[in-house]
Amino acid sequence: MMSPIKFYQTGTFTVGNRLLAPEQRSVQSSTERHNSLNSGHRACQGCGEALGARYAVDAAMRATNGQLIAANATGCLEVFSTPYPETSWQLPWIHSLFGNAAAVGTGIAAAMKVKGKKDVRVIAQGGDGGTTDIGFGCLSGMFERNDDVLYICYDNEAYMNTGVQRSSATPHAARTATTMAVGPEPGATFGQGKKLPLIAMAHEIPYVATATVADLRDLEAKVERAFALRGARYLHVLVPCPLGWGAASHDTIKLARLARETGLFPQFEAEGGEVTSVTQIRHRVPVEEYLRPQKRFAHLFAGAGRPDVVAQIQAEADRNIRRFKLLDEQS
Amino acid sequence: MLKQIEGSRAVAEAVALSRPEVICAYPISPQTHIVEGLGELVKSGALQPCEFINVESEFAAMSVAIGASAAGARAYTATASQGLLFMAEAVYNASGLGLPIVMTVANRAIGAPINIWNDHSDSMSQRDCGWIQLFAAHNQEALDLHIQAFKLAEELSMPVMVCMDGFILTHAVERVDMPTQAQVDAFLPPYEPRQVLDPAEPVSIGAMVGPEAFMEVRYLAHAKQLMALERIPQIAAEFAERFGRTTGGLVRPYRTEDAETIVVALGSVLGTLKDAVDEMRDTGARIGVLGIHSFRPFPLAAVREALQHAKRIVVLEKSFSVGLGGVVSTDVRLALHRLGQAGYTVVAGLGGRAITKASLTRVLNEAMQDKLEPLTFLDLDWRIVNRQLERERAVRRSGPIAENLLRDLGTVASKVS
Repeated sequence: MMSPIKFYQTGTFTVGNRLLAPEQRSVQSSTERHNSLNSGHRACQGCGEALGARYAVDAAMRATNGQLIAANATGCLEVFSTPYPETSWQLPWIHSLFGNAAAVGTGIAAAMKVKGKKDVRVIAQGGDGGTTDIGFGCLSGMFERNDDVLYICYDNEAYMNTGVQRSSATPHAARTATTMAVGPEPGATFGQGKKLPLIAMAHEIPYVATATVADLRDLEAKVERAFALRGARYLHVLVPCPLGWGAASHDTIKLARLARETGLFPQFEAEGGEVTSVTQIRHRVPVEEYLRPQKRFAHLFAGAGRPDVVAQIQAEADRNIRRFKLLDEQS
Repeated sequence: MLKQIEGSRAVAEAVALSRPEVICAYPISPQTHIVEGLGELVKSGALQPCEFINVESEFAAMSVAIGASAAGARAYTATASQGLLFMAEAVYNASGLGLPIVMTVANRAIGAPINIWNDHSDSMSQRDCGWIQLFAAHNQEALDLHIQAFKLAEELSMPVMVCMDGFILTHAVERVDMPTQAQVDAFLPPYEPRQVLDPAEPVSIGAMVGPEAFMEVRYLAHAKQLMALERIPQIAAEFAERFGRTTGGLVRPYRTEDAETIVVALGSVLGTLKDAVDEMRDTGARIGVLGIHSFRPFPLAAVREALQHAKRIVVLEKSFSVGLGGVVSTDVRLALHRLGQAGYTVVAGLGGRAITKASLTRVLNEAMQDKLEPLTFLDLDWRIVNRQLERERAVRRSGPIAENLLRDLGTVASKVS
């Protein structure tokens, strides 16, 4: 009896997967990719942001047929990509300030509109500090006016460029240079921080999505979806930082996947303020598996450890799972 | 065409005639009427194509203008006082990137104590930011300077601030000669950017520059301001030829031919000053006025030439460097290096304190007799100042200064004598 041949890779979106239909393959698998963020930049080994930005911007370039302009906030992405006199950007790109990328994007979009260049699209991008903290006013203004800009936040959960200080995206209990692992409540304070994707949704803008560098085809698909729409759109990408998280550089993608599989980072899409799709957790794992490989959480496991704090973090993951329905009813 | 209109409305119409493509608006007194006027012109379709964007802060206003300008659009905004300070980071950024944005600053004091009235503290706080700063003496000049500013900014690829006195000019209804669209179009060519965000020709704007080239980038900004020293009078002359009136330029002297005493000033106070000088001339005083219309670049040579034959120089300024004295005075003295003239600084009109002809005549007479202090505060009420100093000596918890002074004054009223 003949058993059917199983193509192991069918159904995965691995970059080199030639078993997928061409339209399903990753932008990066094509020789036609734009290489918008070219090689030779100065990002650290294992940088999640460099990976996320390459996939996101190349996907945006494909979606716009290369008719794309980028505004970039100050931060790692800006610094490692444009040390004078070099640049890694193969698209028109401007860096103005730390806190104004969204507003600069608005200005570019206005210029394109007034000049009748409807085909030229705009992205603005920054890290979590430039997005959730110092750039929040400009971002909210851009959302509220529904300006025709896709804003991409590469969230590595702290100010990495200045030496790992806490931002409003830093997770609870994480050690940073300004939330040291000392005292009775070590690390970042519980009860603080903001969930920007939800705040973006509250603006009822056309599109909000979250993604991680563990699921790059999903990231690309969300960029594509964003460019099928007009108006203010927001994409929040979790990008682990080996330096700031105290993790091995080869664990960047693994940690991003664990962030999703624990429920700590819900991966979803929303249109007009309503959730339209959620990426289900495939193999639920306890948060401890995600926390342990990261030195920023080492104080939770040293000596007797802090099972009480780990339990608090687990409760946050559980709440996300309930709130976003990250597990289907059967499992 | 002659019109009897508010200064802000005149500026709005002049800006509209300059065909801006992106306008960023955020309200702050006394600038607000300008962007209100422009908003109406865009909404009604009178000004098109133009994107009028109601932003959420002055920082965003300048940032949107930066994006628009870098993408090749003619960009305009207006602000004042706290607004200028709030956008300061982006103000430096616009000039550092060499983007020819034009901005009106409706000059207003900076708090605390909060004060909405006119002085020059706001634009003087940004004098080193790399923008060209032009000062209007009256509404016709404010109107004309905006048209000249777009031309100057775009030729040099440098941003220009047109400073006009808040309320005194912005809210004054005066007769102005409004040019026609055809006249302005003939004077001001379409914007042709030196650098532009264009997918057909990708560039990276705003890259990080380290010690190896930073000084050179900064020097080049200075070099452009030196070029502006040549272009500002040329553009004013071209404007005069086309529009039939002289406004703008670097400096404009008034009755300085044989003057022993010359009073230097900027902005609308020049009008009062000329009236005072006319009356003093009638009594035989050899006194004249030098109006500075370009504060950055500062016209060192033109100021020196205009002042070199005078015996004494009085700088009348609506700005004050706390802990030193005059702001404009420092620059004027640099222009007079080694001439050995007597120099006086009169700080006047802070926070909207009226500068009256009577007070001016009094201090100028004292100056002419060399009886004036080197640093004088016009019409300063020493009574309440000394009372507060005494209070602070007497008790530790002396309380908030502004409230104390207002209580000492009794009725709160602007001081007009």
